[in-house]
Amino acid sequence: MMMINIIGLVLIALIVWWFWLYKPAKAVDASVENITVIVNDGIYQPARIKIAAGKPTKLKFLRKDGSPCAATVLFPDFELSEDLPIDVSKSVELPAMVAGEYAFHCPMKMYIGSLIVVENSVLGGGNE
Amino acid sequence: MNKLSGDITHGASQELIIDGASCASCVSKIEQALAAVKGVESAEMNFPLRTVLVTGDVDSDSLIKTIEAIGYGAKSTNEASDDELFDEKEVADEKYYTRLMKQVWIALGLGMPLMIYGLAGGPMTVETTLERIVWLVVGMLCAGIMYVAGKHFYIGAWKSFANHSANMDTLIALGTGTAWIYSMVVVLFPLALPEMARHVYFEATAMIIGLINLGLALEVKARGRTSEAIKRLIGLQAKTARVVRVVDGKEQEIDIAIDQVQLNDIVRIRPGEKISVDGVVTQGRTTIDESMLTGEPMPVEKAEHDEVVAGTLNKSGSILFKATRIGKDTALAQIINMVKRAQNSKPPIGRLADVISGYFVPVIMIIAVVSALVWLNFGPEPSLAFAVVSATTVLIIACPCALGLATPMSVMVGVGKAAEAGVLIRNGEALQTASKITAMILDKTGTITAGAPTVTDIIIADKSYTENQILTLAASMESGSEHPLAQAIVDFAIKQGVELESVSDFHAVAGHGITANVNGQPLLFGNQKLMLSNGVALNGFVAQAQKLADEAKTPMYLAINKKIAAIIAVSDPIKADSTSAIKRLQANGIRVVMLTGDNRATANAVAKKVGITEVFAEVLPEDKANKVAELQAQGEIVGMTGDGINDAPALALANVGFAIGTGTDVAIESADITLMRGSLHGLADAIAVSKATLRNIKQNLFGAFIYNVAGVPFAAGLLYPFFGILLNPVIAGAAMAFSSLTVVSNANRLRLFKAKEH
Repeated sequence: MMMINIIGLVLIALIVWWFWLYKPAKAVDASVENITVIVNDGIYQPARIKIAAGKPTKLKFLRKDGSPCAATVLFPDFELSEDLPIDVSKSVELPAMVAGEYAFHCPMKMYIGSLIVVENSVLGGGNE
Repeated sequence: MNKLSGDITHGASQELIIDGASCASCVSKIEQALAAVKGVESAEMNFPLRTVLVTGDVDSDSLIKTIEAIGYGAKSTNEASDDELFDEKEVADEKYYTRLMKQVWIALGLGMPLMIYGLAGGPMTVETTLERIVWLVVGMLCAGIMYVAGKHFYIGAWKSFANHSANMDTLIALGTGTAWIYSMVVVLFPLALPEMARHVYFEATAMIIGLINLGLALEVKARGRTSEAIKRLIGLQAKTARVVRVVDGKEQEIDIAIDQVQLNDIVRIRPGEKISVDGVVTQGRTTIDESMLTGEPMPVEKAEHDEVVAGTLNKSGSILFKATRIGKDTALAQIINMVKRAQNSKPPIGRLADVISGYFVPVIMIIAVVSALVWLNFGPEPSLAFAVVSATTVLIIACPCALGLATPMSVMVGVGKAAEAGVLIRNGEALQTASKITAMILDKTGTITAGAPTVTDIIIADKSYTENQILTLAASMESGSEHPLAQAIVDFAIKQGVELESVSDFHAVAGHGITANVNGQPLLFGNQKLMLSNGVALNGFVAQAQKLADEAKTPMYLAINKKIAAIIAVSDPIKADSTSAIKRLQANGIRVVMLTGDNRATANAVAKKVGITEVFAEVLPEDKANKVAELQAQGEIVGMTGDGINDAPALALANVGFAIGTGTDVAIESADITLMRGSLHGLADAIAVSKATLRNIKQNLFGAFIYNVAGVPFAAGLLYPFFGILLNPVIAGAAMAFSSLTVVSNANRLRLFKAKEH
């Protein structure tokens, strides 16, 4: 019984760590490659996108998932929302942003992604 | 064909969506075919996305034809109009619905008989070898159903897990997965479990998958209806236009696609046709039904120089008009854009639900583990079976969707409903604040009154002048002013055939009037303050002016050489329905205050006529915002209504700024809420819709909170120690499936909302 309780507690600790404490470091750099965010199977792929600060950026979305929640992507910090038709790539024009992390998500927050806006010098591409 | 200069299109890129490219070998075929098209610099296909990026000076039509010629379908990503996107969305939704329903039948096909068998008393336990074999077959069938009908839950759950996030899929996958794995352990290793715990739950797995798919399918249907309003607006856009073009040296009227219309094109509209783009009438006269945009039922007369707006309906005459705004710049396109943006924005009331949604799924997972541990430690035998059932039920009953859907669905319907009544709400915050307004400031001119003043009286004080001379001097002075009262005097004078004279030393004194020289004579034209500050004796004329003011007219003094010469009175008629609309606001418990730069007596007279008791009169334009602040300091939540032109600071400072349009001439950017028609009933409608929407959101949020707060402990078995009740996972699945459907349906109820008849 002791063993089971310990497993249970470890499980809880893992849930807390995996979903809340763990901060994924990897983000795809939108200044280097032309990114299309695929909306499918409950996630945005890629979900973390690095963007240069201070200049407007275009981000493409391609929705594959029929689920109605996936049909709209919201950028609440910029009061932006875009309908995503199925199988049609849709460009979302983002304004020039100051450095920081901004979330984008579906209306129900089941699909979640973040824009990591960094000063240009931090980006790897250097193609500007 | 694109005839723009090479500089502009050189290196321009466009994207096409390819249909029917099923193998990777298609890629080179398509790329080569496109590269051979004249003008194409490069063509790169993205096979997983089925898109191809083409660079070069070439139009999309010839690219599409090339692709079609080699046996594939193609369309440009940029050319899909809102209308087409909506059609595609409907087709996609329908497909999704059909697929889900298929999955529903497959899952329920196995789940229902099993559940009926269990309910009828059939043993769901594994004791004999025969039972093991039968349950093994059922278990395998169930695995098949999980794959065919529930694959999307498991893939979604896994992908979000790998992404360190969790969603509804996670809960369903864990819940059904736990039930299935436990049942398989019972079948395959019965001896590893205590005898009482050898119970299978295959029916739960199949039923839950079926029911949740059913909930999703019904939700897709119900959601389609929430976007009816925007669909209707999009449907207002005409698809073609008849323009006057020179063909073969001759002027001809030809029909062209709407996106081909250029600025300054002359467009022909015949009776019964929709106006295709925004423009100004150049020939003909007609009446136009603008109700679809403004909510104003009376058709509007249009003649030369009047504006016409895309999407409205020409009733009687045939007109020619010059296109002044096309494509995304038309008022209709901007309205559609604004409504769409507002429909997806969230009022502050939804933020708590948003925060909760962010933590919801992992919290439920933790509760499921805790609940299983409690059952294992303290539960009666078979505690293991109880632990599995309670953990599964907790995972299944929790519904993050209901919580997440509560606000956006109602906002979607509410904002759309408002748009139908000619009320454009900027965002969710404006919607929420509008529902809480306690005081409403109404600008007088153009808001309560028609904003089209006319000269009503001319009283000569100095008999050495004729009425015509007085009018000449007054109109000449006012011709340099932009004030609406000035315009009224100039218009009146021109109608009387007066010729204006040249003016020098023109000077406008805000809130007082104007001073100028005409024919070397120094003139003053304005209110009592202007006269007194310049030492003009008004003798007995104050009483006359007062009498005019008491009749809701605005008297203005004209002094020549600092001597009173005449009083000219101007009256701005009160809009026919202002009184009833103000009554509606007051009936809602809103304190209505009138604000005007006009003199106190006139202001009071107008206020009295429309039933307003509080008046801020003689307010200088720059002080309007202070009056808003004054009411706010009294603890009021203040709405300010004006024409959006000279009261922008007051509109901005107010808790909610309402810009009142005349017809479709809307000040979209300047206010939180734009009323497309001139009637103040739009204001009462806006507040009524906001209140109804907020009430709907609250019902939804309350329902979703209560559902989860009550459902989860119930599922965990909190009632078991007291009443011996433990929830069946299948019932949890049904509850979960229908909880989000209930939210969407409740939001749909808002569609039936009607602002009170007026």
